[in-house]
Amino acid sequence: MSETVLKSVVVPALQIALVVAVLLGCVAYLVLLERKIIAFMQVRLGPRRVGPHGLLQPVADILKLLLKEDILPARADRLVFYLAPVILLLPALVAFAVIPFSGTPVRVLGVEVRPWITDINVGVLFLLAISSLGVYGIVMAGWASNSKYPLLGALRSAAQMVSYEIPLGLSVISILMLAQTASLVGIVRAQAEDGSWFLFWMPYPQIVGLFLYFVSAIAETNRAPFDLPEAETELVAGFHTEYSGMKFAFFFLAEYANMILVACIVTVLFLGGWLPITLGIPGLRGALSNLLPFWGDAGAALTGLLWFGIKVLVVLYLYLWIRATFPRYRYDQLMRLGWKWLIPLGLAHLVVTGIVLLAAH
Amino acid sequence: MFGTSEMEINLGPQHPSTHGVLRVKLSLDGERILDAKPIIGYLHRGCEKLGESRAFPQAIVYTDRMDYVAAVNENIVYVEAVERLLGVEVPPRAQYMRVILSEFQRIASHLVWLATHALDLGAMSVFLYCFREREQILDLFEGYCGARLTTNAVRIGGMYEDFPEGWVEEARRFLEILPARLDEYHKLLTKNRIWLERTREVGVIAGDVALDYGVTGPCLRASGVAYDSRKAIPYAAYREFEFDIPLGTRGDTYDRYLVRMEEMRQSRRIILQALDRLPDGEIRGKTPRRIRPPKGEVYHVNEGPRGELGVYLVSDGTDNAYRCRFRSPCFVNLQALPELCRGHLVADVVAVIGTLDIVLGCIDR
Repeated sequence: MSETVLKSVVVPALQIALVVAVLLGCVAYLVLLERKIIAFMQVRLGPRRVGPHGLLQPVADILKLLLKEDILPARADRLVFYLAPVILLLPALVAFAVIPFSGTPVRVLGVEVRPWITDINVGVLFLLAISSLGVYGIVMAGWASNSKYPLLGALRSAAQMVSYEIPLGLSVISILMLAQTASLVGIVRAQAEDGSWFLFWMPYPQIVGLFLYFVSAIAETNRAPFDLPEAETELVAGFHTEYSGMKFAFFFLAEYANMILVACIVTVLFLGGWLPITLGIPGLRGALSNLLPFWGDAGAALTGLLWFGIKVLVVLYLYLWIRATFPRYRYDQLMRLGWKWLIPLGLAHLVVTGIVLLAAH
Repeated sequence: MFGTSEMEINLGPQHPSTHGVLRVKLSLDGERILDAKPIIGYLHRGCEKLGESRAFPQAIVYTDRMDYVAAVNENIVYVEAVERLLGVEVPPRAQYMRVILSEFQRIASHLVWLATHALDLGAMSVFLYCFREREQILDLFEGYCGARLTTNAVRIGGMYEDFPEGWVEEARRFLEILPARLDEYHKLLTKNRIWLERTREVGVIAGDVALDYGVTGPCLRASGVAYDSRKAIPYAAYREFEFDIPLGTRGDTYDRYLVRMEEMRQSRRIILQALDRLPDGEIRGKTPRRIRPPKGEVYHVNEGPRGELGVYLVSDGTDNAYRCRFRSPCFVNLQALPELCRGHLVADVVAVIGTLDIVLGCIDR
């Protein structure tokens, strides 16, 4: 088969299939991980009966949801009702097309395979744009359910997500300034060249940027303490009240896929992507970049993937920790936080980063 | 062309945050609450009527099912009312035992309040930590009277049994770890920005307005009114103990939170004093075999965890009461719900219901 077809169709198609499969598996097990970790924080054990240590729980959950009755509320808009979960899940999956999971391309059967599906030079913009599409899914779900509670929940959620896009973008712009490129691979390479992750970038570590991004991302993904739109203990059970079975599962999958996406983005932008954790000790970088030197490039790719995975897990753990600890913000307080505190903070952070960059030159 | 109209929403009887089967009809203008009408009766079981058709000792069992989270307090108020009608003296050891169990019940009840209130507002972990402590108290109750929740621990004239061996030591062990645990809850909530924003200035009621409504208990004390039946009309052996009454200043949800947290510490203080000075002696006074109080009526009050528990007993000389009326503190406190909710947002209704600390069993009887 011709070289170009191989390179531009077959390999990406296989990569996409692999990424989606692994991702869906990770999402299912993230649900279990959350239940176990939050349980441990709450002096209890979490799921432990289905499989050893509850490891088959996600399988049981998926089976249960597949076998549930598919409810369509009376006078709900059929097409929109069925479409909403899909429109919520797809952007979360599509965004993974630009995430670099490792650094080194590998030669497989004579074809060079890069550890990312694609690397466009406006990667960051692509991510921001795609993740904004998720709002449509929520609004559609709330409207199509033809019921007061989902409508209220959906409107709140939509307003919340739109408001927190701005501090999200502001924190990302600082990274763009430091990296001089919007390509995600380029950003990690810039951190490799600089010698330190952007989080620890001297003279102005991007701690504020990370804080801003992470808090806005929690609001974007509708997680505690910003999960009022879907909180079970509040008046409205949220935009997915009327959903059952697999469509409900889609909402859940979308939420957790978004969480993983945010963790990956944080890792790439602030935590150095696939770069090893060297704790600042010079010279360690080379040794830790390839823990399997006898495998050459494949070893480097796997090691990069390992470091990437570790960082993503740390960010996810933070997500869960925050959920187990904090009470929930009321809706107006949530909006006030986003508009009156995070946006000015983001602007100030941007200005300071710019000044520091100018002075460094 | 575009107008807005009021929306009526039901915070239905089945809802995770209504602490029982409470129905609240909310009139909303967007997100602002114009009115909140509580509708009760879903848990009515006719306890007062049952009190009329059962003999006095038999009716004790019904009292602990009314406010099932404050069972011992309900038991005691009813039994003491009967004792007043009969003119029976309760020996000091029994009175001290009643105080100890009462205060443990108060701590357990406040732990349930904190757990459910925090859970409603999103702090999931506090719920589990509070129930972990409460388990120990329930174990103590089970060790004493065999039941965790519906205790039926008192008898007319005294107590039915003395503390089993090792009970006092286990009680002391629990009281030793309690302050550290309370500090844990404080660390998680008291200075937490989100908690403060959800509870400060939410559900404010002034002291005189609260008195007008007949609100009692921590809700009244958080509004600055220093009224506690244990000090105002002492019953059992409360005259002999030293304790403070925590007061609030603003009468908002945060003050009610602080008042109840401090009350747990004061309860611990009372129990320690009672355990230290527990007198020896018999646990049951001289009571007639057949409980047939002379004709008369009595109104006896008690300080329950939620407010002033009252029993109005009318006896006509027979085995059963002629009228057995229970004053439920939650019923009266719930009246203030519209006042507390008006002008707030929808999410605050949950906070207000949580802070009023209602138990539907007590309200509906």
